[in-house]
Amino acid sequence: MRLAPGFGVDEEELDSRLSAESVQSIREAHSQVESFPVFYARSITKLLHGDFGYSQTLHEPVRQLLVERFPETLKSVALGLAVGWATGLSLALLAVMSRSVFIDVTASLIASLLLCIPAAVIALLFLLAQAPGRMVVGLIVFPKIYHYAHNLLQQCASLPHVQTARAKGLGTFQVILRHILPIAAPQLCALAGVSVSIAFAATIPVEVLCDIPGIGQLAWKAALGRDLELLVNLTILITLITLLANAAGEMADHPLQRGEA
Amino acid sequence: MKLPLIASNLLLIAALGAAAAGAQSRSQLRFCIASDPKTFNPLLVDDDPGETIRYLTGGVLVRLNRASQQLEPGLASTWRVSKGGNSIEFTLRPNLRFSDGTPFSVDDVAYTMRQLMDPALHSPSGDAFRAGNGQVISRVIGKDRISLTFSVPIVGLDKLFDQVAIMSAKSPAKEMAVLGSYYVAEDKAGSYLVLKRNPNYWKHDAHGQPLPYIDSIRVDIQQNRDIEMLRFSRGEIDFINSLNAEYYDKLVAQSPRTAIDAGVGLDAEQLWFNQVPNSPMPAYKKAWFTSAAFRKAISASINREDLARLAFRGHARPAVSWISPANKFWFNAKLTAHPFNQKAALESLAQEGFKMRNGTLYDREGHTVEFSVITNAGNKYRERMATLIQQDLAGIGVRLNVVTLDFPSLIERITRTFNYESCLLGLINNDLDPDTQMSAWLSSGANHAWNPMQKTAATAWEAEIDRLMHLQASTIDEKKRKQAVDRVQEIAWQQEPLIFLVNKNALSAISPNLRNVLPVVLRPQVYWNIDQLALDTKGVYNR
Amino acid sequence: MKCIRVSAIVFLSVLSLACLFADFLAPAPYAQQFRDEPNASASRQHLLGTDDLGRDRFSRLLYGTRVSLLLAPAAALIASVLAALVGGIAGFAGGRLQSSVMAATDLFLSLPWLFLLITVRALLPLNTTPVTSVIITFALLGCLGWAAAARVICSSVRSLCSSDMILLARASGSGGFRLLCRHILPNVKPVLAAQFWISVPVFILTEANLGILGLGVAEPMPSWGSLLRELESFSALSSQPWQFAPIVLLVVTVSCFHLALRKQELWA
Repeated sequence: MRLAPGFGVDEEELDSRLSAESVQSIREAHSQVESFPVFYARSITKLLHGDFGYSQTLHEPVRQLLVERFPETLKSVALGLAVGWATGLSLALLAVMSRSVFIDVTASLIASLLLCIPAAVIALLFLLAQAPGRMVVGLIVFPKIYHYAHNLLQQCASLPHVQTARAKGLGTFQVILRHILPIAAPQLCALAGVSVSIAFAATIPVEVLCDIPGIGQLAWKAALGRDLELLVNLTILITLITLLANAAGEMADHPLQRGEA
Repeated sequence: MKLPLIASNLLLIAALGAAAAGAQSRSQLRFCIASDPKTFNPLLVDDDPGETIRYLTGGVLVRLNRASQQLEPGLASTWRVSKGGNSIEFTLRPNLRFSDGTPFSVDDVAYTMRQLMDPALHSPSGDAFRAGNGQVISRVIGKDRISLTFSVPIVGLDKLFDQVAIMSAKSPAKEMAVLGSYYVAEDKAGSYLVLKRNPNYWKHDAHGQPLPYIDSIRVDIQQNRDIEMLRFSRGEIDFINSLNAEYYDKLVAQSPRTAIDAGVGLDAEQLWFNQVPNSPMPAYKKAWFTSAAFRKAISASINREDLARLAFRGHARPAVSWISPANKFWFNAKLTAHPFNQKAALESLAQEGFKMRNGTLYDREGHTVEFSVITNAGNKYRERMATLIQQDLAGIGVRLNVVTLDFPSLIERITRTFNYESCLLGLINNDLDPDTQMSAWLSSGANHAWNPMQKTAATAWEAEIDRLMHLQASTIDEKKRKQAVDRVQEIAWQQEPLIFLVNKNALSAISPNLRNVLPVVLRPQVYWNIDQLALDTKGVYNR
Repeated sequence: MKCIRVSAIVFLSVLSLACLFADFLAPAPYAQQFRDEPNASASRQHLLGTDDLGRDRFSRLLYGTRVSLLLAPAAALIASVLAALVGGIAGFAGGRLQSSVMAATDLFLSLPWLFLLITVRALLPLNTTPVTSVIITFALLGCLGWAAAARVICSSVRSLCSSDMILLARASGSGGFRLLCRHILPNVKPVLAAQFWISVPVFILTEANLGILGLGVAEPMPSWGSLLRELESFSALSSQPWQFAPIVLLVVTVSCFHLALRKQELWA
């Protein structure tokens, strides 16, 4: 961000009512940026003492902003993941197990439709219908879950032992639970971890468009305003969450793999 | 027997009337601003949201009536500017209090001026006073009279106090103790602010009822204009101060009474070429851009009527000068918009050695005439204008590359690196007095868009503009100032360092429930008379 | 089922031909502004009406299809190949290499790439042609869009590595890169296919939104993404249904690709 253009400039400089001295002073204030190692050393030291710094864009301590806004994003992400996984996995299972062309094509069309509609349009439609904006996160996550899950489950369903089980009259539910899901589980666990990142990324346009005061909206404002302290903290937070989610996915995967062995 | 009956009926009627008047005040006005105000300190405000809050909460000595464009008494019942124009005397209204109960006195005015004149402050309202050595002498003449003397005459001295909200010298609430019609009661960063009526506000209406009528104001932070429009159409907000052209047309079709076009506004859209000598551009392009004939040919090739009609859906008009026709006193009415004439443009270019071959224009050295224009992304008007101009210039064989950039990147290019060729941006005029545009028109100014911060004027006409701007700033004789400013407009019209494109109309949307509204072109367009606005739940709309 | 697949192939062929011959089929150049007919309804002269500036929407859709149909799948292919390489090598190697590569992938997923894109725009000359700009944009998207799939592929490869099939291949003397390319990666095709199909529309939409940074297709060149941006407005949603043509075309095209390339034995 420090190297990107626009860092250290202020829109205030364009105000023609300001005198030349004032403009110069504003420029000097913004150009007093610490060197890279000094900045990060200072930031980490402050972080360890619980001081997350101060947001230049919103004029509040970063810690306060995160405490206020993180729960909102958590709600959106939780709802988005629940809706995305529930619909994506269910439809994928239905498409694979029913072996119906109609269901498969319809489900693919629905998923493709949601992938192709801009998030802004979905958000606007939800606003028009006065539906909760958080649901949009679910609609953004769903087609990705569906496509991955469908292909994974399709591959598993075509394995010889699964086909044998079906031929021998095992019920659909039993086939899914005992033969398909255990094989697909490692990849699905990895997908679960990745879907957390996808959901967090989806909150940015949704929160900006639907005006939900979460960290997605905060990240967008920080990016456009080149708010370094806020952006660094947000990046650390998102990285931690991503690492935790993927680690959880891996941990869930290990017992399954041990079980298989 | 009849008398008690009549008396009780009269009492009942009086009670009902009072209840109706009181009912008028039991209400909350709702509207949106694009972002959080950066500060509540009225002396440091430099952004739109901050100015909104300052207008609603700040008490000023004199107030510019946005409709009549005349000054009216505020906290000061009378005022007098000295003949020399370097001193002003105010007589304050007695027995006023800040919103937290702290008494208001001449000491608060003196304190505010000291803060304002602090050289470390760097605020637009402060800089306007800081001509000369930046000193002010406050002299308390009586209990409620104060005189402020500056080292040099300051043009439009009294009008400048419309932007100075008086702060308390003694209140523990500091800048949160206010003298305006409302005070900030609640602030949820990034979400909303709630302003409540100032119980100590000094104004009353003609019937003696304390103003403002509306109890509270909820200001929502809403960046998305589409959502703002949706909320207005649902009745969730009461007005949109600045409406875009598409929504205006949509509202006119749905409910004509809610869409207001107050006429041509003060703002202008303009295009300029980079004339900075050490900018990273090839020399031949610098030669083009510094040629007045080239600039005028480009200007003549742009169809301003189409820009107004297509980009702004007819809610704009071709611009003439940096001063809008809405600024009746200062606008040079002798000037007219440059006509669209590509034939004349080509002839003029031919005289400069440019040649057209197979639909492409070449300069005398054989270079294809091609350049880029940068503008800020996300502004649909400017993106459309850039595309229209691109087509217009294709008509004279010029290839224009449109580049939209995020605003910080754009600012960096036009103020620091000068790594651009031409730029399309808007000019926002909050003030009628052209003296506030000194920084834009002085060659040494930081906002002298095409070639800022020159040590000496690069051209004779820029030197002449410098002389004229200094002249208008040094006299309070309005006639002499008008002559100087008219001449500056004429030179700008001739040389076209800034190619003025259109002046946008001031469009707003107003709920039928909002009474006593009189939309104007000066900001704030809709709520300039906030203390007189009322909400009528019966749906009666009064203008 | 066969007829659905054939229909999909026919549609894609017609679309491809229409794009190739856009110069002949389009009723007007994509940049031409019929300034007396802005926001015109669909008519014989303008099959999908005109936009704000009077440009024929049908012509712009034809030319825009050319840009998006060529570049979005190319970018998706880059992302898929990178995901396969990174995820495949990490999963195959296992141990510390897998852990460090996946940690780097997680970091990659979390970083705000907005600033890289802004910096790229800053490095490009302002007079970059629209074609160059859009190619660079899609190439960047391809290079940045691999991380999510890499994780899933890594997990798939780990599972495959402990399967009997691979054990047999190793026992037969297959090892190293040959084992990875000939036995493992082909079996993660379903995940790669999913990654590919998701990326195509996502990249098209992202290209449109990158216009805010000066990247993406520059005026007057159209793309599906820039046409879809017209819809991002409350006023657009209710007034002109023909504005939805780009969405319909995108959905149908992506679905047709999906249907056309499915293996027949996967159908009942």
